[in-house]
Amino acid sequence: MIEIRGLGKSFGAKPVLAGVDLTVEQGESLCVIGQSGTGKSVLLKCILGLVQPDAGQVLWQGHPLDAAARVRFLADFGMLFQGGALFDSLSVWQNVAFRLRQRLPDGQARAIALDKLSRVGLGPETADLMPAELSGGMAKRVGLARAIADDPQVIFFDEPTTGLDPIRARAINRLIRGIVSETGATAITITHDMDSVRAIGDRVALLQGGRIAHQGPVDQMSRVPALADFMGGDSIAAA
Amino acid sequence: MNAVRAVGRPALRVTRGIGALALFMARGLAVARPFPGRAILHHLIQIGWLSLPVVGLTALFTGAALALQIHSGGARFQAGDVVPAIVAIGMVRELGPVLGGLMVAARVASSIAAEIATMRVTEQIDALVTLSTDPVRWLVTPRLWAALLVLPVLVAVGDIIGIMGGWLVGTTSLGFNSATYIANSWAYLEGWDIASGLIKGAVFGLVVATSGCWFGMRSGRGAAGVGRATTSAVVAAAVGILAANFILTALFFQ
Repeated sequence: MIEIRGLGKSFGAKPVLAGVDLTVEQGESLCVIGQSGTGKSVLLKCILGLVQPDAGQVLWQGHPLDAAARVRFLADFGMLFQGGALFDSLSVWQNVAFRLRQRLPDGQARAIALDKLSRVGLGPETADLMPAELSGGMAKRVGLARAIADDPQVIFFDEPTTGLDPIRARAINRLIRGIVSETGATAITITHDMDSVRAIGDRVALLQGGRIAHQGPVDQMSRVPALADFMGGDSIAAA
Repeated sequence: MNAVRAVGRPALRVTRGIGALALFMARGLAVARPFPGRAILHHLIQIGWLSLPVVGLTALFTGAALALQIHSGGARFQAGDVVPAIVAIGMVRELGPVLGGLMVAARVASSIAAEIATMRVTEQIDALVTLSTDPVRWLVTPRLWAALLVLPVLVAVGDIIGIMGGWLVGTTSLGFNSATYIANSWAYLEGWDIASGLIKGAVFGLVVATSGCWFGMRSGRGAAGVGRATTSAVVAAAVGILAANFILTALFFQ
């Protein structure tokens, strides 16, 4: 379980997060939505320790995420970055097996990487390609394979469908849903794509004005005025 | 009070910056297990082997021009014969390390800064953190050690090529006998002349790699951020080399 208590962060005089409280249960898939600039990515970076919050704390399994606990947390953690964030100098399989190679021989790490690549619909012929040779959709899939390579307990997805056409976006959503269901991992998705929310999420939280303005089950979001406002012209009825 | 503030704030900023830079360099030089031997080897080739042409050409033309200058200037007081000795001493003590360092700064500091800054912009450095990897250990340590180790070698090669440049001009245009020129080049060189130049090379290597890594890791967003990081890295490396050269020269020869 991940608990976020009173998380605050300002950049200069501008407060971005102003007391975020949020709990994500074990095995749950939470989608955090919000308009651009509302601090979704800052929230994510605060949880990961990439940005130091000004106030509040993050707890994992009931313990505050100090430096030592964060090392353990990250060992059980996978993340899909918005642009894939694949390492340019490493081949596809080396990217996927990045963490595995720190403790396994290359042959074994490669075999696991190939298995994870097939899990995201990529064949062994992609293993030795370099990231520059991949399309946007393929890079996302490789990023997804890397995120699940070490069978993490917690997976973060940062804008998983941004930059993809609707067909590829739907495919990525299906993959994520399948992986989260299969592995039983806790998933947190940062997105402003309501199709992703419907496909991936069990619960949705709306970040607005630096706070969580609403949280509740995805299947009830059409009844929430705050979310209806946020969705605007989106097909609320489809939820 | 305002005047004190006006001086104090920048002074504090500079002091803080120097402290942060020193800590960054110390972190970068700290080698933890597993030893990044393969990565260091990769950067030895990137920084050293691929810089050889530019360092060699710079040294060749500098040595040749130096020989012409000393012969022309020395002739004013009947000292044209000192060309081999002065070219050799000038190259190994000063011009080899400084010009070699500056050429490497232009080629390497910019490429290190651009590469790391691009990694920051494309979230690859964040990805390293989420994969339980220290970005300093992964990106900075191999580059710092590679530059520290390979710059003295580049300086040594540059010294030899520079002296050969002087020899080429001396024997083809200035009427020196080949064997005499080479003998005179070595006759006045002392071990410390060579060692001081190599030590300078190592320090300049550290300056170049630290500058590239420092500005790359602190890059701003987007293409403009990468551009600024690259420019700052080259300027800082060049100024750092010249400043370090003055300090080392004063320490070694005063």
